[in-house]
Amino acid sequence: MSATAVHSLWTTAADPIQKIDAPNIEYGQLSPTLIVIGAAVIGILVEAFVPRRSRYYAQIFVSVVALVAAFAAVVALAAGGYGTTKAGIAAMGAVAVDGPALFLQGTILLAGLLGVFTFAERRLDPVAHGNRVDSFAAQASSVPGSDSEKAAVKAGFTTTEVFPLLLFVIGGMLVFPAANDLLTLFIALEVFSLPLYLLCAVARRKRIMSQEAAVKYFLLGAFASAFTLFGIALLYGYAGSVSYATLAQVVDGTIETVNPALVGTMGNDALLLIGAAMIVMGLLFKVGAVPFHMWTPDVYQGAPTPVTGFMASATKVAAFGALLRLLYVVLPGLRWDWRPVMMGVAVVTMLGGAIVAITQTDIKRLLAYSSIAHAGFILAGVIATTPDGVSSVLFYLAAYSFVTIGAFSVVTLVRDAGGEATHLSKWAGLGRRSPLVAAVFAVFLLAFAGIPLTSGFAGKFAVFKAAAEGGAGALVVVGVISSAIAAFFYIRVIVLMFFSEPRPEGPTVAVPSPLTMTAIAVGVAVTLVLGVAPQYFLDLAGQAGVFVR
Amino acid sequence: MENLIALLVAAPLLGAAVLLCGGRRLDAVGHWIGTALASASFVIGAILFADMLGKDEEHRAVGQHLFSWIPVEGFQADIGFQLDQLSMTFVLLITGVGSLIHVYSIGYMEHDERRRRFFGYLNLFLAAMLLLVLADNYLLLYVGWEGVGLASYLLIGFWQHKPSAATAAKKAFLVNRVGDMGLSIAIMLMFTTFGTFAFGPVLEATGETGEGKLTAIGLMLLLAACGKSAQVPLQSWLGDAMEGPTPVSALIHAATMVTAGVYLIVRSGEIFNAAPDAQLVTTVVGAVTLLFGAIVGCAKDDIKKALAGSTMSQIGYMILAAGLGPIGYVFAIMHLVTHGFFKAGLFLGAGSVMHGMNDEVDMRKYGGLRKYMPVTFVTFGLGYLAIIGFPGLSGFFSKDKIIEAAFAKGGTEGWILGGVALLGAAITAFYMTRVMLMTFFGEERWRNQPTPSPAESDVEPAAEHRGTHAEPHPHESPKSMTIPMIVLAFGSVFAGGFFGIGDRFLHWLEPVTEHAHGHSPLSATTVTLSTMVVLVIGVGLAYLQYGRRPVPVVAPRGSLLTRAARRDLLQDDFNHVVLVRGGEHLTRSLVYVDHTLVDGVVNGTAASMGGLSGRLRKLQNGYARSYAVSMFGGAAILIAATLLMRAV
Repeated sequence: MSATAVHSLWTTAADPIQKIDAPNIEYGQLSPTLIVIGAAVIGILVEAFVPRRSRYYAQIFVSVVALVAAFAAVVALAAGGYGTTKAGIAAMGAVAVDGPALFLQGTILLAGLLGVFTFAERRLDPVAHGNRVDSFAAQASSVPGSDSEKAAVKAGFTTTEVFPLLLFVIGGMLVFPAANDLLTLFIALEVFSLPLYLLCAVARRKRIMSQEAAVKYFLLGAFASAFTLFGIALLYGYAGSVSYATLAQVVDGTIETVNPALVGTMGNDALLLIGAAMIVMGLLFKVGAVPFHMWTPDVYQGAPTPVTGFMASATKVAAFGALLRLLYVVLPGLRWDWRPVMMGVAVVTMLGGAIVAITQTDIKRLLAYSSIAHAGFILAGVIATTPDGVSSVLFYLAAYSFVTIGAFSVVTLVRDAGGEATHLSKWAGLGRRSPLVAAVFAVFLLAFAGIPLTSGFAGKFAVFKAAAEGGAGALVVVGVISSAIAAFFYIRVIVLMFFSEPRPEGPTVAVPSPLTMTAIAVGVAVTLVLGVAPQYFLDLAGQAGVFVR
Repeated sequence: MENLIALLVAAPLLGAAVLLCGGRRLDAVGHWIGTALASASFVIGAILFADMLGKDEEHRAVGQHLFSWIPVEGFQADIGFQLDQLSMTFVLLITGVGSLIHVYSIGYMEHDERRRRFFGYLNLFLAAMLLLVLADNYLLLYVGWEGVGLASYLLIGFWQHKPSAATAAKKAFLVNRVGDMGLSIAIMLMFTTFGTFAFGPVLEATGETGEGKLTAIGLMLLLAACGKSAQVPLQSWLGDAMEGPTPVSALIHAATMVTAGVYLIVRSGEIFNAAPDAQLVTTVVGAVTLLFGAIVGCAKDDIKKALAGSTMSQIGYMILAAGLGPIGYVFAIMHLVTHGFFKAGLFLGAGSVMHGMNDEVDMRKYGGLRKYMPVTFVTFGLGYLAIIGFPGLSGFFSKDKIIEAAFAKGGTEGWILGGVALLGAAITAFYMTRVMLMTFFGEERWRNQPTPSPAESDVEPAAEHRGTHAEPHPHESPKSMTIPMIVLAFGSVFAGGFFGIGDRFLHWLEPVTEHAHGHSPLSATTVTLSTMVVLVIGVGLAYLQYGRRPVPVVAPRGSLLTRAARRDLLQDDFNHVVLVRGGEHLTRSLVYVDHTLVDGVVNGTAASMGGLSGRLRKLQNGYARSYAVSMFGGAAILIAATLLMRAV
């Protein structure tokens, strides 16, 4: 039987066979993502083939090596000029390799590395049945409180699957801000969201709460994804393409028709506006902007704290990156439509986050609302629609992610019999009992509040300056007012820690392994360096501030 | 040669640093170090003076640029010195009188445990005062200005164990702050107007500047001068400053620091020349103060406070002369120098008397001391003759010129100012004769005196730190005290003649201050004769009052004016009622506003935020379904708003 005959066995189409060109993939430029995803696959294989005893170390090894290698690849690409002169679009138009993408990928990788450190921490929980345990459930599949859970704990099981899951999340996040067409955007969104939902569900302590958080996050995330997907469909209907470049040209009016089949809908502005709004809504959900923020406090509180820390920083970085690219590359021609709307969102986000945070009594919820307010501040920079706006947002995201990971790492240290002592009343007088830990946390709080000599000030100054110069002065006024409101609850925690009498039954501060110490130390160092001498990093962000089209 | 200028300041500064940081191991030699460095500064000054005399007039002013202090774009402040004839005059006066007073203090402070510290402060004062007069810009002058204020504060309160001294120091400091504020505002105005602080550019640019600005700067400079030179209305601190050791009163509160205001005005002459209103105010301040101080001086029984009143009055003359413009600048400085000699001599004499009288300061408990303290009597007497303007002595030449210049101001103002100056001369003769008679003549009222109680008069009890109040045994002071007095007496006698005859001082200073000959409606002879007449009247009245009749040991009640004058013409009462009470009321009302209005707004905002937060928080009910509804609503609004934006 000849080859043609075999072929005809499963092709019934009468048309002549079209030759499919092999896609041209720039492996070098995609290497950061490829390394991380590849490591995630290896991690799965480790779960399958490596004995249980060695899995923990093998997973840490794989994850750290992959993240360091991927970061090195990002640095090499940036040094090779891919962030500036050689910026281009790879993988047949699916992925952009340019300044913002590389800057954000680098930030995400570093945040991920610190995330691995906090995930791997095994000294905080008391030893159970002779085994050191981490923050994750012994066996995620066992029902909380059941006999199988007890057996799993007794057997010393650990959920080392969190490491490959984390790598998948990071892999998706690396693609998300670089996605250069709507489908890649959506796939990246799902790639990093689904493992994240899972990670939220596997807390060792307070498992019911953790699972509730995961379910909420999953349901609402799916809801938001549906909006995004519908928006993508509408935009496709409008432009006949999902490619950013083509979309932008259609929005600008430089291209009239793309797909003859869509003549009926093409150029219909209603499709464009509704579609764009729906996609933006999906992204606003991920950054936690009001009114799409309601999952944030519940999920932040319920998820294992290392996951919360990583999620709070890296998700914001990735989602704001995607939002920037969408607004600056696809929709700049539409900015007179989206700017006022986004301003409204920014205002309610800043004020809403700051105001509701005032009455919070749980430190993790407090930080969740704080992250909402910060999303508002970053939106102010996004709305500037200037190159300075891009670079200020990049800088803010980098600064914010280290502060956030550091702050949540400190939260993991303060513990009582029930695990982490997250109720604020238990933090009273912490400064007397553990001055160093309290001082470090105070540094992070001051950075959140945007006090000078911390990275928070430099970042806030940069975005507000960009917003004011971009013609959004009113937004800056609201931003400053919100900062003042927000300063209240940050300082209140500091006052509580340093000027209140310690409670007799207060929590203890666990002494962490070098892993968490590294995460916290890096957080403090970056916070102070970016606060005291921000110029180099502002320049770096400035160089990385141009999107490729 | 110019490089020596910095050494002038550096020598006493080094002394202050060594003495204040050196600690107890320097206690034995501290006073020698201090005196040596002060004298070194004088020697350097003398060398520079000789050098200056060797040059022709145009090249006498020299400068030394040390380093750039605050080099910022658009704001250049330099550390630089300027030594011209005016600065040189001050340098010689400050270091000369300063060295003499260092020598005097060796004896006067012999029994004080903290003598080393005292000399450290004196050196600090010299350094600051030299910085003040040598600075080539207003900003550096301000540094010296604050430095002398600090030294003055430290020295007035030197006997800090006495509450009265501590209070007096605080008072001097606070009142001086008001003046300092004036100087700092003046400097800021200069910077905004001229863009620089340096004397040269500022004073050259006065021609192109509006009169309003110059008047403002001039008035602020005058305020500064009033604070430092104890002129009305900032005069109240000088009397209390006599709580300090007597050498301090002689050096700082008579001869040098209190004349800094005169220096400031004369140095800024171009500004005042271009601002006639500021000049007028200056003359009024001077005239009022010269009468004010003289009247206070008549009523005081405390010898140092009587002399303090006299100081105020004499500086009033100088300020008056400085306010007259080019016709008065030279005479202001000339009187300043001669006054430096005879007033320092008088204070040292008073200190010598106190030294021999168990620190008694009440003149009513002196009397007949000429037999016991012949050197003090003669030197004090020469100072007395100099200050009242006895023909041929220093005060005669310098004061006469001021009175003449005041008449030369012209018009009604000239008559009024001249008349006031003449009247002042009469009162000066009266109160100085009173001091002289009460102290050195008459019965020996100090015999069989009980220990004075504080309630007896307005005189403060003498310093308790040395000796008790047994019956005093008046005796002459040691050599280290009498020699400076003799040297100063020479100055009191001959300085005026040396300066005045042949207009020597005028020619010396003219290149810096300029000089214009005033046209007095009265001839010089008439003025001199009238001065003589009022002098005789003043002395005569005092003789009738205190020479012919015995002086009561307990002060009589006196007339209303006398009682007011004893209370420093109610200056403290005025300050208390207007400033202290007013300030308290202002503070209280501000506190009230702060508590009700400001705090109300703040707390109200906080409370409403908290309330809002509590309500918004309820939206977060934990149900995924309501979260989804919120998202759906949000998405609907987002889409609607986007469409609306397009529709609008």
